Amino acid sequence: MTYTEIVFLALGLAMALDLLIIKTGLLGRKTFWTSYAIILPFQLLTNWWLTSREIVMYNSKDILGVRIASAPIEDLIYGFALILGVLSLWVHYGKRQRKKTFPA
Amino acid sequence: MYVEKYGYVGMLVFTVLASFWLEFVLKVQVLRRIKRIAQSILPPAIFFLTWDAIAVHRNQWSFDADQVVGIYGPFHLPVEEYLFFIVVPLAVIMTLEAVRRVKIQWRVGDEE
Repeated sequence: MTYTEIVFLALGLAMALDLLIIKTGLLGRKTFWTSYAIILPFQLLTNWWLTSREIVMYNSKDILGVRIASAPIEDLIYGFALILGVLSLWVHYGKRQRKKTFPA
Repeated sequence: MYVEKYGYVGMLVFTVLASFWLEFVLKVQVLRRIKRIAQSILPPAIFFLTWDAIAVHRNQWSFDADQVVGIYGPFHLPVEEYLFFIVVPLAVIMTLEAVRRVKIQWRVGDEE
């Protein structure tokens, strides 16, 4: 699989987790999108650092070749999938722990 | 001065500095919830690091040996890459909790 294919797999998994599997529904919440809007500039900045200095180097055969702030556009999808996956699990386990602490 | 080898570590330190102040200023209380942190960051970390190991093995991407400190973990991934999947998810969680502190009327879904 190329990097392009695997980022879409990661995006699909993160969305399935949030919408279908643990049903946290963060994609429909203002808190999630506000958090993402805050994180995105930091992702662009740190990604620019890692890619423009060639700390991380991509094989051109495995990416589309479209770059934003020096980083492959795939990185944005990858970042979004990581953020959604982590936050979805965070909210899910927060709910579970709360239920255990205060049983209905 | 061999500052070059701190290129990747520098990015991680920046991420910590840019986010961990929320722990003290906005009292987001993320770091004390160790179990929940582990439950949230381990599954994505395992997914992404597995893919990372395969990609490096297949030469899909690589790390500049001169810009990492030179400590390598399993699958020949630099220690920075492992730290990335701890530091970045923590920064992400702290951001969500900070937004929650400021916008208390917005529901996240894990409230009582």
